[in-house]
Amino acid sequence: METPVITTTGLTKVYQSRGREVTALDGVDLHVREGEVFGVIGQSGAGKSSLIRCVNLLERPTTGTVTVDGVDLTALAGRGNRAGRELREARSRIGMVFQHFNLLSSRTVQGNIELPLEILGVSGRERSRKALELLDLVGLADKAKSYPGQLSGGQKQRVGIARALAGDPKVLLSDEATSALDPETTRSILQLLRDLNRQLGLTVLLITHEMDVVKTVCDSAALMRRGRVVETGTVGELLATPGSELAAELFPVTGQATGPRRTVVDVTFHGEAATRPVISQLSRTYNIDISILGAAMDTVGGKQIGRMRIELPGQYEENVVPVGFLREQGLQVDVVDDEDAPLDTQDPTPALVKETAK
Amino acid sequence: MTWSEMQPLLSQGIIDTLYMVLWSTLVSVAVGLPLGVLLVLTDKGGLLRNVAVNKVVGVVVNIGRSLPFIVLLIALIPFTTLVVGTFIGPSAMIVPLAIGAIPFFARLVETAVREVDHGLVEAAQAMGGGVPTVVFKVLLPQALPSLISSVTTTFIVLIGYSAMAGAVGGGGLGSVAISYGYQRFETQFMLATVVILVLLVTVVQLLGDAAVRLLARRGRTS
Repeated sequence: METPVITTTGLTKVYQSRGREVTALDGVDLHVREGEVFGVIGQSGAGKSSLIRCVNLLERPTTGTVTVDGVDLTALAGRGNRAGRELREARSRIGMVFQHFNLLSSRTVQGNIELPLEILGVSGRERSRKALELLDLVGLADKAKSYPGQLSGGQKQRVGIARALAGDPKVLLSDEATSALDPETTRSILQLLRDLNRQLGLTVLLITHEMDVVKTVCDSAALMRRGRVVETGTVGELLATPGSELAAELFPVTGQATGPRRTVVDVTFHGEAATRPVISQLSRTYNIDISILGAAMDTVGGKQIGRMRIELPGQYEENVVPVGFLREQGLQVDVVDDEDAPLDTQDPTPALVKETAK
Repeated sequence: MTWSEMQPLLSQGIIDTLYMVLWSTLVSVAVGLPLGVLLVLTDKGGLLRNVAVNKVVGVVVNIGRSLPFIVLLIALIPFTTLVVGTFIGPSAMIVPLAIGAIPFFARLVETAVREVDHGLVEAAQAMGGGVPTVVFKVLLPQALPSLISSVTTTFIVLIGYSAMAGAVGGGGLGSVAISYGYQRFETQFMLATVVILVLLVTVVQLLGDAAVRLLARRGRTS
């Protein structure tokens, strides 16, 4: 589980645009472990798109290296603009799905899935067998003879995913795969990616501007801003990082003290403590009434992780012992200082503004 | 002149015109298609970025397109003689007609191929496809309806050009119209050739459109 299957080291990408230089990637180190779903999130222009294109070298990084499944792709690339044979072979073992599906309207659904197999030189009968098997896997067994123009967006993306899997890849790159889909379809596509990740042990690197995508499927995430990775780690690690923006976005808690002489604390659950009913233990042990002001919890791998904002009666000085109790349980406790957050600036501008699908 | 006298002349005219136009269309497609694709591939952002090749091909195509056909027709006489052995008659006319239409068709191909969504090219590359895969499995099949329209347009333009070829002894309907209708004031000949040309163009256009529609019916709605 711990071996990185995708590693980028010191990746930079500088575009020349009418004599000016635009830095899209500014030293990106990324480690995607085998079998995980890794999400890179950021606003448009943050460099996510350049990053995912550098992973299979659709774009040549200016400096830095990309290693996928033990193969240094940057070394295979050579000079020149054309991709050499070795790089093309390496690419055929990396699946990629796109925001706008990129299916050939001139081919049937089956024909689209057979394209990568044709490139691999697979024989006709075998191509057709494999294509139908993949269609079955993505739940579109009855659409083999349809044309992409006859399918809905979600169905098109399923075809895109089936096509990406044709070369039996270890790694799937997803370039905003759900950004052109409605919320319900987005959920079903994410569920499919999750299932494939579990069933086939597929490692998924996805980029997105939607926090919901990261919330729904990602084991790990990285936040990009102006070409740099600002935060990165597993969801648990991010939660454990004080002041993590990603954790705040993934597990947003709000709520204010209901009156004077109250203490508001944020309790972060991650690791073993999360399995025990600490809040009710606290209440019973100290005989205090606890109000839950807000909570964002999730169950990952049978463990609860997340944040909860609770209110204890009395000022902080009176609550030192209960807070200590929570800390002893292995929880992270942050006292929310009311004076730091006066009412009129209570609602901070979200770090990640949702952008509309392009 | 009676209809029975006109009829064989007109029939021969139609046959000659179709002969010239069909062959010259074939040659222009054979040469213009690769040129058009080359223009796209060698352009900035293309798979075979090559400024020098792109510029040279572009300039040659532009020169070819800017010459009025009647001038080209005469200017090419020595070359035509070299290739065919004569510069008179329908066979000889295929040379200037094809050369005149190649740049025209190449530009149409360029436009058609350029319209193919770059994402599709990217997808083929991501699968490990090289330039031949991109050209033969993505660009040309995706551009097929536009390419068929381009062939139709070229065919029709060549019918027009072939009539001009009549002025320098090329044969065909143009030649009939000029030598009988214009030089001998046989108005019926003029009228008859006009009607035949209109019908010919209409039929070709209808056939071309039908072929495009046939492809469209395969559900290429997006």
